[in-house]
Amino acid sequence: MIASRWFPVLAVIAMVFFAGAPLMIARAPYESTMGLVQKIFYFHVPAWIAMFLAAFVCGISSAIYLFKGKKLADHLAVAAAELTILFGLIGLVTGPLWARKAWGLWWQWDARLTSALILWMIFVAYQLLRQYGGPGSDKLAAGMALFGMANVPFVYWSVNVWRTIHPTTNVVPTLVPGMSEAFFWCSAAFILMFILTLSARVKLECHRAAIDRLYLSLDD
Amino acid sequence: MLVVILLAVFLQTLTTSSQNLFGSSFTPLVVHAEQTQPAQDEFVPIDELPPEDQLPAAPLLIAAYAFAWIALLIYIWSLWRRLGSVERELADVARRINNRAD
Repeated sequence: MIASRWFPVLAVIAMVFFAGAPLMIARAPYESTMGLVQKIFYFHVPAWIAMFLAAFVCGISSAIYLFKGKKLADHLAVAAAELTILFGLIGLVTGPLWARKAWGLWWQWDARLTSALILWMIFVAYQLLRQYGGPGSDKLAAGMALFGMANVPFVYWSVNVWRTIHPTTNVVPTLVPGMSEAFFWCSAAFILMFILTLSARVKLECHRAAIDRLYLSLDD
Repeated sequence: MLVVILLAVFLQTLTTSSQNLFGSSFTPLVVHAEQTQPAQDEFVPIDELPPEDQLPAAPLLIAAYAFAWIALLIYIWSLWRRLGSVERELADVARRINNRAD
Protein backbone atom coordinates (compact mmCIF):
# COMPACT_ATOMS: atom_id res chain seq x y z
CA MET A 1 0.00 0.00 0.00
CA ILE A 2 2.73 2.45 1.03
CA ALA A 3 5.76 2.35 -1.28
CA SER A 4 8.53 0.38 0.46
CA ARG A 5 10.90 3.39 0.46
CA TRP A 6 8.34 5.51 2.35
CA PHE A 7 7.55 2.86 4.95
CA PRO A 8 10.78 3.28 7.03
CA VAL A 9 10.45 7.07 6.88
CA LEU A 10 6.88 6.93 8.17
CA ALA A 11 7.88 4.35 10.78
CA VAL A 12 10.59 6.67 12.13
CA ILE A 13 8.14 9.60 12.23
CA ALA A 14 5.59 7.44 14.08
CA MET A 15 8.27 6.34 16.57
CA VAL A 16 9.22 9.97 17.19
CA PHE A 17 5.56 10.83 17.82
CA PHE A 18 5.06 7.91 20.20
CA ALA A 19 8.34 8.60 22.02
CA GLY A 20 7.40 12.27 22.39
CA ALA A 21 3.85 11.53 23.54
CA PRO A 22 4.67 11.00 27.27
CA LEU A 23 6.57 14.30 27.27
CA MET A 24 3.67 16.19 25.66
CA ILE A 25 1.18 14.55 28.02
CA ALA A 26 3.31 15.36 31.09
CA ARG A 27 3.56 19.02 29.97
CA ALA A 28 -0.20 19.34 29.40
CA PRO A 29 -2.01 21.23 32.18
CA TYR A 30 -4.10 19.42 34.79
CA GLU A 31 -7.86 19.42 34.35
CA SER A 32 -9.44 21.19 37.35
CA THR A 33 -12.02 18.59 38.47
CA MET A 34 -10.49 15.27 37.42
CA GLY A 35 -6.81 15.97 37.99
CA LEU A 36 -4.22 13.42 36.93
CA VAL A 37 -6.62 10.76 35.65
CA GLN A 38 -7.87 13.09 32.88
CA LYS A 39 -4.55 12.48 31.12
CA ILE A 40 -5.84 9.04 30.03
CA PHE A 41 -7.85 11.09 27.50
CA TYR A 42 -4.68 11.67 25.37
CA PHE A 43 -4.53 8.00 24.39
CA HIS A 44 -8.22 7.09 24.84
CA VAL A 45 -9.68 9.50 22.26
CA PRO A 46 -6.93 9.03 19.61
CA ALA A 47 -7.45 5.26 19.93
CA TRP A 48 -11.13 5.77 19.11
CA ILE A 49 -10.24 8.10 16.22
CA ALA A 50 -8.00 5.36 14.79
CA MET A 51 -10.76 2.82 15.41
CA PHE A 52 -13.35 4.92 13.57
CA LEU A 53 -10.90 5.43 10.67
CA ALA A 54 -10.29 1.69 10.52
CA ALA A 55 -14.04 0.99 10.57
CA PHE A 56 -14.59 3.43 7.68
CA VAL A 57 -11.73 1.92 5.66
CA CYS A 58 -13.11 -1.56 6.32
CA GLY A 59 -16.67 -0.54 5.37
CA ILE A 60 -15.75 1.36 2.20
CA SER A 61 -13.36 -1.40 1.04
CA SER A 62 -16.04 -4.00 1.73
CA ALA A 63 -18.53 -2.03 -0.38
CA ILE A 64 -15.99 -1.88 -3.23
CA TYR A 65 -15.40 -5.63 -2.89
CA LEU A 66 -19.13 -6.39 -2.81
CA PHE A 67 -20.06 -4.25 -5.80
CA LYS A 68 -16.89 -4.37 -7.95
CA GLY A 69 -15.34 -7.66 -6.77
CA LYS A 70 -11.84 -6.23 -6.38
CA LYS A 71 -9.64 -8.58 -4.34
CA LEU A 72 -7.33 -5.78 -3.16
CA ALA A 73 -10.33 -4.08 -1.57
CA ASP A 74 -11.09 -7.31 0.29
CA HIS A 75 -7.49 -7.49 1.56
CA LEU A 76 -7.78 -3.89 2.74
CA ALA A 77 -11.06 -4.68 4.51
CA VAL A 78 -9.58 -7.68 6.37
CA ALA A 79 -6.58 -5.61 7.45
CA ALA A 80 -8.73 -2.68 8.59
CA ALA A 81 -11.11 -4.96 10.52
CA GLU A 82 -8.20 -6.34 12.54
CA LEU A 83 -7.06 -2.80 13.35
CA THR A 84 -10.61 -1.82 14.33
CA ILE A 85 -10.45 -4.54 16.96
CA LEU A 86 -6.98 -3.48 18.17
CA PHE A 87 -7.72 0.24 18.52
CA GLY A 88 -11.23 -0.46 19.84
CA LEU A 89 -9.74 -2.69 22.52
CA ILE A 90 -7.38 0.10 23.60
CA GLY A 91 -10.36 2.48 23.80
CA LEU A 92 -12.51 -0.04 25.66
CA VAL A 93 -9.81 -0.72 28.27
CA THR A 94 -8.53 2.84 28.81
CA GLY A 95 -12.10 4.24 29.09
CA PRO A 96 -13.12 2.23 32.18
CA LEU A 97 -9.76 2.99 33.82
CA TRP A 98 -10.61 6.68 33.51
CA ALA A 99 -14.26 6.14 34.46
CA ARG A 100 -13.38 4.32 37.69
CA LYS A 101 -11.86 7.54 39.03
CA ALA A 102 -14.03 10.12 37.25
CA TRP A 103 -17.44 8.43 37.65
CA GLY A 104 -16.73 6.03 40.49
CA LEU A 105 -17.58 2.99 38.37
CA TRP A 106 -15.89 0.92 35.71
CA TRP A 107 -18.76 0.65 33.27
CA GLN A 108 -22.17 2.17 32.63
CA TRP A 109 -24.68 0.68 30.19
CA ASP A 110 -25.44 4.05 28.61
CA ALA A 111 -25.84 4.88 24.92
CA ARG A 112 -22.18 5.72 24.19
CA LEU A 113 -20.52 2.85 25.99
CA THR A 114 -23.02 0.24 24.85
CA SER A 115 -23.00 1.34 21.19
CA ALA A 116 -19.18 1.45 21.20
CA LEU A 117 -19.06 -2.08 22.60
CA ILE A 118 -21.55 -3.26 19.95
CA LEU A 119 -19.45 -1.61 17.22
CA TRP A 120 -16.36 -3.42 18.48
CA MET A 121 -18.25 -6.72 18.66
CA ILE A 122 -19.43 -6.35 15.05
CA PHE A 123 -15.80 -6.28 13.92
CA VAL A 124 -14.90 -9.19 16.21
CA ALA A 125 -17.75 -11.07 14.53
CA TYR A 126 -16.34 -10.02 11.13
CA GLN A 127 -12.97 -11.56 12.02
CA LEU A 128 -14.54 -14.74 13.38
CA LEU A 129 -16.59 -15.06 10.20
CA ARG A 130 -13.48 -14.62 8.03
CA GLN A 131 -11.55 -17.11 10.15
CA TYR A 132 -14.12 -19.88 10.53
CA GLY A 133 -16.92 -19.07 8.06
CA GLY A 134 -15.62 -21.24 5.23
CA PRO A 135 -16.15 -20.57 1.51
CA GLY A 136 -18.37 -17.59 0.73
CA SER A 137 -17.86 -15.97 4.13
CA ASP A 138 -15.94 -13.08 2.51
CA LYS A 139 -19.13 -11.61 0.98
CA LEU A 140 -21.12 -12.17 4.16
CA ALA A 141 -18.39 -10.51 6.22
CA ALA A 142 -18.29 -7.60 3.75
CA GLY A 143 -22.01 -7.03 4.38
CA MET A 144 -21.35 -7.12 8.11
CA ALA A 145 -18.57 -4.53 7.73
CA LEU A 146 -21.04 -2.18 6.03
CA PHE A 147 -23.30 -2.41 9.08
CA GLY A 148 -20.27 -1.83 11.30
CA MET A 149 -19.34 1.31 9.39
CA ALA A 150 -22.94 2.56 9.49
CA ASN A 151 -22.81 2.22 13.29
CA VAL A 152 -19.89 4.67 13.62
CA PRO A 153 -21.89 7.95 13.30
CA PHE A 154 -24.40 6.63 15.85
CA VAL A 155 -21.61 5.91 18.33
CA TYR A 156 -20.12 9.36 17.74
CA TRP A 157 -23.39 11.30 18.08
CA SER A 158 -24.86 9.14 20.84
CA VAL A 159 -23.47 11.46 23.54
CA ASN A 160 -25.26 14.47 22.02
CA VAL A 161 -28.58 12.75 21.36
CA TRP A 162 -29.16 10.55 24.42
CA ARG A 163 -28.74 11.28 28.12
CA THR A 164 -25.41 9.78 29.09
CA ILE A 165 -22.71 10.42 31.67
CA HIS A 166 -20.01 10.26 29.00
CA PRO A 167 -18.54 13.68 27.98
CA THR A 168 -20.04 15.11 24.79
CA THR A 169 -18.30 15.72 21.43
CA ASN A 170 -17.77 19.31 22.59
CA VAL A 171 -14.66 18.40 24.63
CA VAL A 172 -12.06 18.32 21.82
CA PRO A 173 -13.04 21.65 20.15
CA THR A 174 -12.88 23.43 23.52
CA LEU A 175 -9.50 22.13 24.70
CA VAL A 176 -7.28 24.81 26.22
CA PRO A 177 -3.78 25.52 24.80
CA GLY A 178 -1.37 22.95 26.16
CA MET A 179 -4.04 20.28 26.23
CA SER A 180 -4.83 20.65 22.52
CA GLU A 181 -1.17 20.29 21.47
CA ALA A 182 -0.80 17.08 23.48
CA PHE A 183 -4.09 15.77 22.09
CA PHE A 184 -3.23 16.49 18.43
CA TRP A 185 0.28 15.09 18.92
CA CYS A 186 -1.12 11.80 20.26
CA SER A 187 -3.80 11.74 17.54
CA ALA A 188 -1.10 12.10 14.87
CA ALA A 189 0.86 9.26 16.53
CA PHE A 190 -2.17 6.96 16.45
CA ILE A 191 -3.13 7.88 12.87
CA LEU A 192 0.44 7.25 11.69
CA MET A 193 0.47 3.93 13.54
CA PHE A 194 -2.85 3.07 11.89
CA ILE A 195 -1.50 3.84 8.39
CA LEU A 196 1.70 1.85 8.98
CA THR A 197 0.07 -1.22 10.50
CA LEU A 198 -2.65 -1.14 7.85
CA SER A 199 -0.03 -1.07 5.13
CA ALA A 200 1.91 -3.99 6.65
CA ARG A 201 -1.29 -5.98 7.23
CA VAL A 202 -2.44 -5.47 3.62
CA LYS A 203 0.98 -6.69 2.46
CA LEU A 204 0.51 -9.82 4.61
CA GLU A 205 -2.91 -10.46 3.06
CA CYS A 206 -1.54 -9.94 -0.49
CA HIS A 207 1.28 -12.44 0.23
CA ARG A 208 -1.24 -14.99 1.53
CA ALA A 209 -3.31 -14.60 -1.65
CA ALA A 210 -0.14 -15.00 -3.76
CA ILE A 211 0.72 -18.23 -1.88
CA ASP A 212 -2.80 -19.59 -2.55
CA ARG A 213 -2.40 -18.81 -6.26
CA LEU A 214 1.02 -20.47 -6.36
CA TYR A 215 -0.27 -23.62 -4.62
CA LEU A 216 -3.10 -23.79 -7.15
CA SER A 217 -0.64 -23.47 -10.02
CA LEU A 218 1.48 -26.19 -8.38
CA ASP A 219 -1.54 -28.54 -8.30
CA ASP A 220 -2.31 -27.97 -12.02
CA MET B 1 -52.10 -16.50 45.08
CA LEU B 2 -51.24 -13.32 43.15
CA VAL B 3 -51.68 -11.27 46.31
CA VAL B 4 -49.23 -13.53 48.16
CA ILE B 5 -46.63 -13.16 45.37
CA LEU B 6 -47.04 -9.38 45.32
CA LEU B 7 -46.71 -9.28 49.10
CA ALA B 8 -43.54 -11.38 48.92
CA VAL B 9 -42.04 -9.07 46.26
CA PHE B 10 -42.96 -6.03 48.36
CA LEU B 11 -41.35 -7.52 51.47
CA GLN B 12 -38.26 -8.48 49.44
CA THR B 13 -37.94 -4.88 48.21
CA LEU B 14 -38.30 -3.61 51.76
CA THR B 15 -35.60 -5.89 53.09
CA THR B 16 -33.08 -4.99 50.39
CA SER B 17 -33.70 -1.26 50.60
CA SER B 18 -33.48 -0.96 54.38
CA GLN B 19 -30.51 -3.25 54.99
CA ASN B 20 -32.16 -6.45 56.12
CA LEU B 21 -35.00 -5.03 58.11
CA PHE B 22 -36.18 -8.41 59.37
CA GLY B 23 -32.71 -9.53 60.37
CA SER B 24 -31.96 -6.56 62.59
CA SER B 25 -35.04 -5.04 64.17
CA PHE B 26 -38.48 -4.93 62.66
CA THR B 27 -39.48 -1.45 63.80
CA PRO B 28 -40.65 1.41 61.61
CA LEU B 29 -38.61 3.77 63.78
CA VAL B 30 -35.35 2.43 62.36
CA VAL B 31 -36.53 3.15 58.83
CA HIS B 32 -37.64 6.60 59.89
CA ALA B 33 -34.26 7.31 61.49
CA GLU B 34 -32.44 6.31 58.28
CA GLN B 35 -34.68 8.49 56.16
CA THR B 36 -34.08 11.60 58.27
CA GLN B 37 -30.45 11.74 57.03
CA PRO B 38 -30.12 14.86 54.85
CA ALA B 39 -30.28 13.92 51.18
CA GLN B 40 -27.28 14.84 49.12
CA ASP B 41 -28.41 16.69 46.02
CA GLU B 42 -25.04 18.08 44.86
CA PHE B 43 -21.95 16.22 43.76
CA VAL B 44 -18.82 16.30 45.86
CA PRO B 45 -15.63 17.18 43.95
CA ILE B 46 -13.04 14.42 44.06
CA ASP B 47 -10.48 16.51 45.94
CA GLU B 48 -13.03 17.23 48.71
CA LEU B 49 -13.71 13.57 49.45
CA PRO B 50 -12.40 12.14 52.72
CA PRO B 51 -9.00 10.42 52.23
CA GLU B 52 -10.44 6.90 52.76
CA ASP B 53 -12.86 7.45 49.84
CA GLN B 54 -10.28 8.85 47.45
CA LEU B 55 -8.98 6.61 44.72
CA PRO B 56 -5.36 7.17 43.64
CA ALA B 57 -5.22 8.24 39.98
CA ALA B 58 -1.62 7.26 39.23
CA PRO B 59 -2.12 3.45 39.11
CA LEU B 60 -5.11 3.89 36.77
CA LEU B 61 -3.15 6.26 34.52
CA ILE B 62 -0.13 3.95 34.43
CA ALA B 63 -2.35 0.93 33.74
CA ALA B 64 -4.06 2.74 30.83
CA TYR B 65 -0.82 3.82 29.16
CA ALA B 66 0.90 0.49 29.83
CA PHE B 67 -2.02 -1.37 28.27
CA ALA B 68 -2.02 0.84 25.15
CA TRP B 69 1.74 0.47 24.67
CA ILE B 70 1.76 -3.29 25.32
CA ALA B 71 -1.23 -3.90 23.00
CA LEU B 72 0.44 -1.95 20.17
CA LEU B 73 3.82 -3.64 20.69
CA ILE B 74 2.27 -7.14 20.81
CA TYR B 75 0.33 -6.41 17.61
CA ILE B 76 3.44 -5.10 15.79
CA TRP B 77 5.43 -8.13 16.96
CA SER B 78 2.66 -10.51 15.82
CA LEU B 79 2.41 -8.74 12.45
CA TRP B 80 6.19 -8.89 11.98
CA ARG B 81 6.24 -12.64 12.79
CA ARG B 82 3.31 -13.40 10.48
CA LEU B 83 4.89 -11.38 7.66
CA GLY B 84 8.21 -13.20 8.11
CA SER B 85 6.52 -16.59 8.08
CA VAL B 86 4.42 -15.79 4.98
CA GLU B 87 7.43 -14.38 3.10
CA ARG B 88 9.41 -17.56 3.85
CA GLU B 89 6.51 -19.72 2.64
CA LEU B 90 6.13 -17.59 -0.48
CA ALA B 91 9.82 -17.98 -1.31
CA ASP B 92 9.60 -21.72 -0.66
CA VAL B 93 6.60 -22.25 -2.97
CA ALA B 94 8.17 -20.07 -5.68
CA ARG B 95 11.36 -22.15 -5.46
CA ARG B 96 9.37 -25.41 -5.77
CA ILE B 97 7.62 -24.07 -8.86
CA ASN B 98 10.93 -23.05 -10.39
CA ASN B 99 12.40 -26.50 -9.65
CA ARG B 100 9.44 -28.17 -11.39
CA ALA B 101 9.85 -25.91 -14.40
CA ASP B 102 13.58 -26.77 -14.72
